[in-house]
Amino acid sequence: MEITGAEIVVRCLREEGVKHIFGYPGGAVLYIYDEIFKQDAVQHILVRHEQAAVHAADAYSRTTQEVGVCLVTSGPGVTNAVTGIATAYMDSVPMVVLTGQVPTHAIGEDAFQECDTVGITRPCVKHNFLVKNVKDLAETIKKAFHIARTGRPGPVLVDIPKDVTRDKCRFAYPAQVSMRSYNPVVKGHQGQIKKAMNLIMRAERPMIYTGGGVILANAAEELNRFVDALGFPCTSTLMGLGGFRASSPRFVGMPGMHGTYEANMAMQHCDVLIAVGARFDDRVIGNPKHFAQNPHKIIHIDIDPSSISKRVKVDVPIVGDVRETLRDLIGMVDEQLSAGERLNEKGLASWWGQIEEWRKRNCLAYKPSDELIKPQYVVEKLHEVTGGEAIVTSDVGQHQMWAAQYYRFEKPRRWVNSGGLGTMGVGLPYAMGAKLANPDLDVACITGEGSIQMCIQELSTCKQYDLPVKVVNLNNRYLGMVRQWQQIEYGSRYSHSYMDALPDFVRLAEAYGHVGMRIERPADVEPALREAFGRYRDRLVFMDFITDQTENVWPMVQGGKGLTEMLLGAEDL
Amino acid sequence: MNDMRHIISVLLENEPGALSRVVGLFSARGYNIESLTVAPTEDRSLSRMTIVTSGSDEIIEQITKHLNRLIEVVKLVDLTESAYTERELMLIKVRAVGKDREEMKRLSDIFRGRIIDVTDRTYTVELTGDGGKLDAFIDALDRAAILETVRTGASGISRGERVLKV
Repeated sequence: MEITGAEIVVRCLREEGVKHIFGYPGGAVLYIYDEIFKQDAVQHILVRHEQAAVHAADAYSRTTQEVGVCLVTSGPGVTNAVTGIATAYMDSVPMVVLTGQVPTHAIGEDAFQECDTVGITRPCVKHNFLVKNVKDLAETIKKAFHIARTGRPGPVLVDIPKDVTRDKCRFAYPAQVSMRSYNPVVKGHQGQIKKAMNLIMRAERPMIYTGGGVILANAAEELNRFVDALGFPCTSTLMGLGGFRASSPRFVGMPGMHGTYEANMAMQHCDVLIAVGARFDDRVIGNPKHFAQNPHKIIHIDIDPSSISKRVKVDVPIVGDVRETLRDLIGMVDEQLSAGERLNEKGLASWWGQIEEWRKRNCLAYKPSDELIKPQYVVEKLHEVTGGEAIVTSDVGQHQMWAAQYYRFEKPRRWVNSGGLGTMGVGLPYAMGAKLANPDLDVACITGEGSIQMCIQELSTCKQYDLPVKVVNLNNRYLGMVRQWQQIEYGSRYSHSYMDALPDFVRLAEAYGHVGMRIERPADVEPALREAFGRYRDRLVFMDFITDQTENVWPMVQGGKGLTEMLLGAEDL
Repeated sequence: MNDMRHIISVLLENEPGALSRVVGLFSARGYNIESLTVAPTEDRSLSRMTIVTSGSDEIIEQITKHLNRLIEVVKLVDLTESAYTERELMLIKVRAVGKDREEMKRLSDIFRGRIIDVTDRTYTVELTGDGGKLDAFIDALDRAAILETVRTGASGISRGERVLKV
């Protein structure tokens, strides 16, 4: 029996086990929406702006490891989605983005709501397709899911002209696809892994530096075993937080621009650096020339060859899946140890002595206050109230760094933020996607009064679908990170970083049908949080914390500086 | 950094959009393209592309890695890593009147060019060789005599039995 392209789209999603998609209808996708209407297997979440659809699908994926799916119409539907797609691309999130297109005969004629979707999105997707014939539709969607979730994951876009969704053909969903041009490596080269093992066994001052690849590869369990077996210090980047449990004494915090003193010192002074699914980002290693001054040997495990030796020359590259490679490496190390080989125990002991010295600087200490709410304090209390078990999403700015520093993540896929692109506005749609995918977990969105206003319309979506996320608004009436840079690098000239005429967030939340709270005194922080996660557990609660306006994020490595050239506080200015 | 010239041969799926991905990659990441040629191979499902670029060893390594990352790229080789040969085709229309007419014919013969179109005022010369030879021919001409030139950019292939094939 022949079915329409629109029905094929929905059948493909069912075949892939997709339970939720996020989207917004429009002319070019009406046949698809008509098919969505006729079934219950795939639930559609109607957002208020296409950007949020992509972010929500992105968080859905980040918190579950499923491929996130969203659906938008042609033209402005696509251009609105681009920020979301680029955000997911930069953080390697597996997603399938379905977009409507004008009918094939109208393509190129500047038709109503036409844009060159494939052209516009090409640089910010892992791959994209334009389907011109309904007969190619099922196989293309199969390929899209395959490409999105394998290798280094990423968003894949399928552009579907309206006539293709109306045309009919027989439906058969391919059980698998093989592409001669796409065969990502999974297994690391055993000779290289052996070389890495030899370096590890001899290392005097080793450092394990882990990134988002650990989360994406579902390798947290292996990473914890690896670190425990070796007893080496471990740091996790902003994207890697939760990959290794923060409560372990082996964990030295996050590295980089706002990393801990001990993590940055250890990154710079180690003799063997074991990079696991991390990419030596400019926010992580600072100035690469300064970083390379120290003669460390670098082992780099990554599934994407182009990430290796991109910014920093690597000694032992291992291209492969992080989980598989860690398993191989653990096996080899175990073998050595049970054969009577020893790690460099003397070296390690004095290295740990040094690290503990660095740790004593207590670089994350902040001055508590009885009058002003310190943003760090709010995050610490949030951790306490949620037992460290919540999924925390954030927007972009100072609050993002405080969330990363003070909510000590124990598990993977509990921390969702835009690390690569740094997209303000992701927090609330991320929380939506995370809550929908994980209804039994607490979900908190740590945000600021700047970021939250970039996607605040999604409060309406949360109401419609009954998504009781908790918004923790750290409201300092400034675009805080901009203000901080202006203070430090631009002579305290606060050009357009002050937010005047802010809405009354309490009444705004109430207008959307939610619970709003304003918290102005430190003593009220914990009670408010307890109320939000207790009495109002089934409601969306918008907590507007009026925080210290001048608090800065410390430590800080300024742009272009070396990793150890840290400012530890206002006294270093 | 010494920027060496490299010739990268790429086999890629003969699909719409594949070329723009390659070109987009070079512009997005700020790599040079000196020339780029592409056409289908004897297997119509594949195109073969020759890219002439330049950069340090690190840059060239990144270029080949990023090219390989494109879903439609099946295989590639940096021809300059071993012995190879390259050819470029040029069509050049020159003024050929009076005593210059005979001189133009002679010059074309010296460079083993072929005159493929003639009017009473012009010759069109077809010339094949590496880029240096084509440059030399242009240099040998009086600039005022050149009416139009068109060059294909280099195509390259490995010497000996080395092949780039699926």
